[in-house]
Amino acid sequence: MIYLDSAATALWRPPQVVQAVTAAMTSLGNASRGVHGGSLAADRTIYGAREKLARFFGCPRPDHVVFTCNVTEALNIAIHGLLGPGDHVLSTDLEHNSVLRPLYRLEKDCGVAVDFVPADRLGRLDYGAFGRLLRPETRAIVCTHASNLTGELVDIAWIGRFAREHGLLLVVDAAQTAGVFPIDMTAMGIDVLCFTGHKGLLGPQGTGGLCVRPGVKIRPWKVGGTGVQTYSPVQPAEYPVCLEAGTLNSHGIAGLSAALDFLEETGIDAIRTRERALMERFYGGVRDIPGVTIYGDFSREKAAVVALNLGEEDAGAVADALFEEYGIAVRAGGHCAPRMHRALGTGERGAVRFSFSRANTEEEIDAAVRALEELSR
Amino acid sequence: MIAKRTRLIVAFHTTAAAMAMESACARLGAPGRLIPVPRAITAGCGMCWAAPPEDGETVRDAAREAGVEVAGWYVAEI
Repeated sequence: MIYLDSAATALWRPPQVVQAVTAAMTSLGNASRGVHGGSLAADRTIYGAREKLARFFGCPRPDHVVFTCNVTEALNIAIHGLLGPGDHVLSTDLEHNSVLRPLYRLEKDCGVAVDFVPADRLGRLDYGAFGRLLRPETRAIVCTHASNLTGELVDIAWIGRFAREHGLLLVVDAAQTAGVFPIDMTAMGIDVLCFTGHKGLLGPQGTGGLCVRPGVKIRPWKVGGTGVQTYSPVQPAEYPVCLEAGTLNSHGIAGLSAALDFLEETGIDAIRTRERALMERFYGGVRDIPGVTIYGDFSREKAAVVALNLGEEDAGAVADALFEEYGIAVRAGGHCAPRMHRALGTGERGAVRFSFSRANTEEEIDAAVRALEELSR
Repeated sequence: MIAKRTRLIVAFHTTAAAMAMESACARLGAPGRLIPVPRAITAGCGMCWAAPPEDGETVRDAAREAGVEVAGWYVAEI
């Protein structure tokens, strides 16, 4: 299989990630549920991962790194825990449903008002709209760092400055960028950074979390067992346990921790350069194929994603033919990004998304180009 | 019967703070280890740092230098 669906999840992972998960599954007890060797080993593994993630994302405190099972859970915790009746929030057309659906639900059920900064036909944000849509009751901006559909990169540092100037909280969805693009939440003015472990970070599925700027209070979305403050009827107030009810995925976190070591050794600049080169090779190969329509702006830095359609072919049929006839795995459809599809003019038909990782080869890219050439005839 | 001895006990609100304490003490050479919180001590976290009382100053220095959030300091016979 030629795997060109890394925006959905990484397929290749460093061997030490697999080894770490295996070792964890055969040695770790339940973190924070006892003070014996097995439990402490889990605690040490998890705390070590918090320290690495805090360094990796510029989070001032390791105990403000909160683990979840994925970025969707992290975003739900942040969005539901920060916004309430009467609040107004700004978001963007680039968002994934992991941001949109929590916001729509708050809009419908809780009296939260939402406005979306529009994207143009190339999927580029209208940054001037942030100012135009601002209201006295605006409390937060929730936005992605990069579109999962086109790879369009959002200028988070600019938005961070805007948020600071207007006293807004900034919640960032880094699902498509963590592990590939540098993120320093302190320097970029991010209050809550939500990440997933299984994409660019190269960790296992079932890992993710949020990094919270000290001083930001998030109401717990779920409450329950923590292993601490047992006789208190309410969830502990301190980070990270205030947002971590239930047994943590220490096995997955062990793998994520090993993945962070790999990223540090390899360097994310090298990874990003490699991914960009592969994406440009593919883009250069397919852009002149008759009938191919490519979406997005390729004139500037972006995540390694190419979304396209082939003539009037159904996107799902193209993806199916690519896999059945050529063994090439891509993602077709709406990509959980309904607003972005409408902005691109593909709201009815969707698109075929090719996404790349450092593990892909030039030969695989060329094979995908040849496959599209043949399918276009 | 389990033998009792006098120990310095450092309590925490969270396990993360206990882990930070263990890490700091290891790095700075402060003695002690993590044990279950004795029932005589009310603390949030299920584990605490136990050290010989005579090493109290070294342990306090480690906690201070690492910025560990401590819920309470105790000396108890456990």
